[in-house]
Amino acid sequence: MKSRRRITNTIIFILLLIGAVFMIGPLLWMLSTSLKDKQDVFALPPVWIPNPFQFGKYKEIWEAGPLLSGIKNSVIIAVSVTVVGTFTSSLAAFAFAKLKFPAKNKIFLLMLSSLMIPYPAVMIPQFFMFSKLGWVDTLLPLIVPGLFGNIVMIFFLRQYLSSVPNAIIEAAKIDGSSYFRLYSSITFPLIKPAVAAQLILWFMGIWNDYLSPIIYLNSPEKQTLQLVIANFNATYAIQTDYPLIMAASIIALLPMLIIFLVFQKQIIESVAISGVKG
Amino acid sequence: MITKSNLYRKEKIYGFLFILPPLLGLLIFTLYPMIYSIYGSFTDWDGLGQMSFIGLSNFKDLWTDELFHKALFNTLFMMLGIPIGIVLALLLALGLNRGVPGTTAFRVIYYVPVISSLAAVSIMWNWAYNGDYGLVNQFLDLFGITGPNWMANKFTVKPALIIMAVWKGVGYTMLLYLAALQSVSRSYYEAAELDGANGFQAFWHITWPMVRPVTFFIIVTNIIGGSQIFTEMNIMTPTGGPEYASASVVFYIWQKAFGNFQMGYASAMAVVLGVFIFVVTLIQFRMNEKQSFDVD
Repeated sequence: MKSRRRITNTIIFILLLIGAVFMIGPLLWMLSTSLKDKQDVFALPPVWIPNPFQFGKYKEIWEAGPLLSGIKNSVIIAVSVTVVGTFTSSLAAFAFAKLKFPAKNKIFLLMLSSLMIPYPAVMIPQFFMFSKLGWVDTLLPLIVPGLFGNIVMIFFLRQYLSSVPNAIIEAAKIDGSSYFRLYSSITFPLIKPAVAAQLILWFMGIWNDYLSPIIYLNSPEKQTLQLVIANFNATYAIQTDYPLIMAASIIALLPMLIIFLVFQKQIIESVAISGVKG
Repeated sequence: MITKSNLYRKEKIYGFLFILPPLLGLLIFTLYPMIYSIYGSFTDWDGLGQMSFIGLSNFKDLWTDELFHKALFNTLFMMLGIPIGIVLALLLALGLNRGVPGTTAFRVIYYVPVISSLAAVSIMWNWAYNGDYGLVNQFLDLFGITGPNWMANKFTVKPALIIMAVWKGVGYTMLLYLAALQSVSRSYYEAAELDGANGFQAFWHITWPMVRPVTFFIIVTNIIGGSQIFTEMNIMTPTGGPEYASASVVFYIWQKAFGNFQMGYASAMAVVLGVFIFVVTLIQFRMNEKQSFDVD
């Protein structure tokens, strides 16, 4: 029995390994292409390990287009939205979970049901709203809505808060602690891990967003990193400068990859919990 | 002195105050635009402000618009990736759930495409699908198969996008299944083993029913996500592909709204898309009633 199990596990391990090669292979090929010179790119059969390694494209890329301003814009949007938005979201989650006020559950349900309204269904009027304000081709349309909070995060934190005993909060209330203090010095420290995981997921979502930036941002120096690399792709594919395109794409991937590898445990847990609870 | 009614009045005010930002955000950035979208879909709105009511005319035009039909068909066709992804992800999760060595490393590797920027991986796959030098055809070459120029052929462009979508999303689904599998009690399997059930019977009668809610959640969220597919085609086939074979509904909405300034017409499509997603979500709520959110 035991040896049969060991054989099965070995077969499964090998299958998982083959799968892993397919998952990571294209990304490694991307990295390898970015380090090749132009002839090697079109070599048949393919060259996997460039000889010699050409790091030149990673230097060239900064002069080829507005890569640096792309990174800066993406950081500005993602940081301002997630920092302010996490504050407003967690405050609201606290109110929904631990305070009593009329129509609370109705408002919460209204928010939840708004999740089924897809972005494409509201993007056209939103565009006109922001264009009337003169905000097109600025970062504001991508920042301002997020400052008001994120309903998925509110939902998740509210669920998480249900495990925090009410007694702690009631006791502090009787002691005359202010409501903001209840949130900031009692609740928030308790839900920090959940907040961190949600914040990272949200940050990644904004960093990787493509549809809303492409609607609002026209001038090259205003564009986010994702738009900048898409434009690199359109421009340099004609010149078949694939190493340059791949180098730009690697730069777009790298920050999230690093964040993921550092916080992989929290991220995976957070995804698993939110998914299973549905 | 703090009295109970005094406390409650204060709590009411603070409660409202704390939820005010997201509530305002919802009204300004979602509900108001949604109502405006619905109104706009009945007008000939051209983006310059002039809006005259034309009734159902936009919807009638959609009914006969061949490009819209193509975009709709393409969007639905590409959802074939959903069952493929579910089967693969479940197999992966079952494999990982046995505690083979390197489980954490596998989880991370399979999840890397999920966190990768869609724009970057679209660019990478576009290059991988290159007819002459792409990774995909070089791989097929090992088996003596001459691959097509994937993105330029109307019969292969959709399968190519499906393969990429499965690659991108399978790690996420796998993770959800893995979490679900880990919450299934061992005692069920022990009982089944005592009753002489084989591996397949145990899967069919225990595992599959136990992960059903997750399967359902994945199907619904994937349909919602799949119906909004846009970035891939915008980057990989900026013109909508060979004979418009890879244009999605959102791609067509985007083209009509911000390319042709047919805002009314685009709004009508957005409304159709919104209704579709609303219905799918409603079905989820209905079928999941028992384990839906417990609002106390």
